[in-house]
Amino acid sequence: MRDPHRLPSSPGFWRSPVRGPRFTAVLGLVLLAGVSVLFVTGLVSYAAYNPNLSRVNDTTPDKGLLGFYLFAWPTRPVWLYRLTQGVHVTLGLTLVPVLLAKLWSVVPRLFTLPPARSLAHALERLSLLLLVGGGLFEFTTGVLDIQLDYVFPGSFYPLHFYGAWVFFAAFLAHAALKLPTAVRALRERPDAGGGADSLVSPRPAPPTVSRRGAFGLVGGGSLLLFLTTAGQSLGGPLRRTALLAPRGPADPNGGPSGFQINKTAAYAGITPADTHEDAWRLVVTGRTGTVRLSRARLLQLPLHSASLPIACVEGWSTADQWWRGVRLRDLAALVGHDGAAPDVLVESLQRHGAFRRAALRADQVADPRSLLALYVNGEELSADHGHPARVIVPAAPGVLNTKWVARLTFGDLR
Amino acid sequence: MRPRRPRLPLGSPRQLVLLGCSFAVAGYAGVRLLASDPLGVLLWFVGAALLHDLVLLPLYSAADRSLVRGLGTAGRRAWTPYARVPAALSALLLLVWFPLIGGRVAERYRLVTGLSPDGFLARWLLITAVLFAGSALSAARRARRAARGG
Repeated sequence: MRDPHRLPSSPGFWRSPVRGPRFTAVLGLVLLAGVSVLFVTGLVSYAAYNPNLSRVNDTTPDKGLLGFYLFAWPTRPVWLYRLTQGVHVTLGLTLVPVLLAKLWSVVPRLFTLPPARSLAHALERLSLLLLVGGGLFEFTTGVLDIQLDYVFPGSFYPLHFYGAWVFFAAFLAHAALKLPTAVRALRERPDAGGGADSLVSPRPAPPTVSRRGAFGLVGGGSLLLFLTTAGQSLGGPLRRTALLAPRGPADPNGGPSGFQINKTAAYAGITPADTHEDAWRLVVTGRTGTVRLSRARLLQLPLHSASLPIACVEGWSTADQWWRGVRLRDLAALVGHDGAAPDVLVESLQRHGAFRRAALRADQVADPRSLLALYVNGEELSADHGHPARVIVPAAPGVLNTKWVARLTFGDLR
Repeated sequence: MRPRRPRLPLGSPRQLVLLGCSFAVAGYAGVRLLASDPLGVLLWFVGAALLHDLVLLPLYSAADRSLVRGLGTAGRRAWTPYARVPAALSALLLLVWFPLIGGRVAERYRLVTGLSPDGFLARWLLITAVLFAGSALSAARRARRAARGG
């Protein structure tokens, strides 16, 4: 006689005694909390770019209603984006084992026959494709992007943003449909019944690990990923603990300039000829016209200091660095914006790169800590940190702190 | 009389409404997700699910089964967790960080960040070695305790 458990559509095919409603429920509830935080911090990161301020800040201009929640990104506390984006990336990595374990725990359901018992059941299974495909798509694009492995089909921002909405729509429906089951599974005595629809194997193999041991393995995996990653967002001596994170465990060499570089001058195509004292001029345009300033002329303006971090969308950040330069609002005043500070369009010498032009909102320009920096940690900016001049704004995503600045255009951008 | 064709029942109306709302939002975002490269994105989206469910999961399940069976045949069933846990943790780190560990982004990494891309493989191997060493140590301790007790 043929083995009736030969096919994965037979419940007897799946033999691990670890599977069961309680195991799935615990992992599901962890994901419910974790993925919700990921979604919110992701939306927050999109808002931090001020996409409604200018087309140059918006990588998803056809977002429509999905931008309903956008707000003007604040400049305080200065570590705001460090925190939200550090949580987004570190938590995402920490949840990888939980996601894998959750998918493992419910894989028998994938092969359930008949494929649909009712229209609602058919739609639910279709929705699971969006849930599983969407979840794996979001985690995969995120994990690849922070490692600079741009193999996904298109620009990271629109893929990860729209993918998140598809995933989260299916995720919420799934949570609403399954939460009562999960709560019931946790309330009942440990896996009392093994009904037809249960995840409990009808012919379990001899156990090789207790359920507690299985939780331990998942939690251990999360802990290991957390411990070898978090240091890249904490900076300072803790960066040394980020053994496998893209921006650990070391900082680049270079004394006062030895902190993380988003894109080197070489990568951005900046040559010494572009930034040489004789060649480089800062072009500032505003209400009263245009002025061209050499670096020497800039140094004659009042210089101010600010201790600010750099925090990247990739999740890594630096501790506060000590920047010194000209306030953006003083430069605005130079071209006729004496009263309320206006928005500004900042343009870099960079010839390519998505954010070679970036817009800053009036409140960012007005903040006294927003600088066109000429020095960092007591010495001139290095080429990789934006020599001759770079923008540094409190709490803004790193890529809006434009390096190798060539032009500032003050005025209303909307 | 005509024979009755089996019909798909509707199911719970609450569930239908909920899923309808979910599909509406997913559809609104989905057309934008697919706008730039429909085939490529679809391939990635569906491919991620298929690759996980039909390749990755069966592969690691098979690896785990052969580990359990192999140790069982050797009469060392009790050793299972001591081999399984470090292997699973090491594989997890490789799964997440394979672009950096495998060096497939080494050139871009060096150019973009100004950092050396060379340490990732060595550090992953080191972590793997520490995990297995720790596991062997606790297995030895357990064996010694069992020997003393028996």
